[in-house]
Amino acid sequence: MLGKKVKSRIVLFVTFFLLISFLIYAIIKSLEENVIYFLSPTDIKNSENISLDSKVRIGGLVKEGSVIKKNESMHFVVTDLKNEIIVTFSGSVPNLFSEGKGIVAEGKLQDRNYFIAEKILAKHDENYMPSEVYESLKIEASEN
Amino acid sequence: MQMLKNLFPYKIIRLDKKFFNPLIVMMIVFFIVGLIFAILISPPDYIQGDSVRIMYVHVPASFISLFTFGFIGIISALSLIFKIKIFPLMAKSLAPLGLIFTITSIVTGSLWGKPTWGVWWAWDARLTSMLILLLFYLIYISTWKLIPEYNKANKISSIVAIIGTFNLPIIKFSVDWWNTLHQTSSITLTSSPTIHYQMLIPLVIMLIGMLFFFLIIFLMRYKTELLKIKLDNKEKDPK
Repeated sequence: MLGKKVKSRIVLFVTFFLLISFLIYAIIKSLEENVIYFLSPTDIKNSENISLDSKVRIGGLVKEGSVIKKNESMHFVVTDLKNEIIVTFSGSVPNLFSEGKGIVAEGKLQDRNYFIAEKILAKHDENYMPSEVYESLKIEASEN
Repeated sequence: MQMLKNLFPYKIIRLDKKFFNPLIVMMIVFFIVGLIFAILISPPDYIQGDSVRIMYVHVPASFISLFTFGFIGIISALSLIFKIKIFPLMAKSLAPLGLIFTITSIVTGSLWGKPTWGVWWAWDARLTSMLILLLFYLIYISTWKLIPEYNKANKISSIVAIIGTFNLPIIKFSVDWWNTLHQTSSITLTSSPTIHYQMLIPLVIMLIGMLFFFLIIFLMRYKTELLKIKLDNKEKDPK
């Protein structure tokens, strides 16, 4: 089964495979900025240059107790548990927007602490459970 | 090795109603039970409410869509290296199925995205790489349709399949490697599921139903491909 022809085909295949792997890795590495869907507050604080003119996305959790609604607008704090950014937004938020849960905001940075959002998306995590289970987990957590 | 014998053309060409009908019944049973669980019995999610029910179609379809292309990639590589005659026929039979599941994944994903994320689509790594998978399926199927000479079509489509296979780990790990809108995996090989059993069970039932569908359609197409070759051979050399 492993005759000369087959062996040479295997060698050719492995070479081709490694070449393409490297190529794809290089392409993705160079496109990394575009592949990343949003930046965390820590990313914003740590980045060398921040653009104040172009559209950017930030993501994180809505800090508990930080949502303040005024007439036409609202503001809240986005946190990644290490750093925070204050977000202002006038518009409608998705149904799943709530304190303690994830969001992605599209808009522009005023500076490293303030973000003016033009669109808000809700981001949910990988946990799925019925409400009763969640409630009992909450009770357990508060008892501990 | 015993399983390989079952893929031999001799047995596949002889598959008939007696073989397919029980499989069709199983598929229908699993779909009906699965959908009853998915739509009626399973609980709403603590965050997403009833929107979560789309998951019972989206997740199995996505899984099968990836698995199928991976399988096509592997048998294409083996076909190029070892020149195994039945492999291109198997790959040809798998591709349209994989395409259907990919389209299902993207459409149900979009329907799920609107009430939960607030958007029908986002160009994050997971969604974009799935769209690329869709393109690879279309290109793969087109190469077989557009190139008349069998061996040439086989070579080119195999290369398309192998290149497309590199996209599969990207799809799978995109949610771990980069910040994405799409959430990370709930079912992994390394840790326990983050889906409650009341939701995991309907998910598995729907997956099994889809796998029956997959098996039936694949074997029917594969049988057709084999019969086409047999007829071609008879025409060239009638005895």
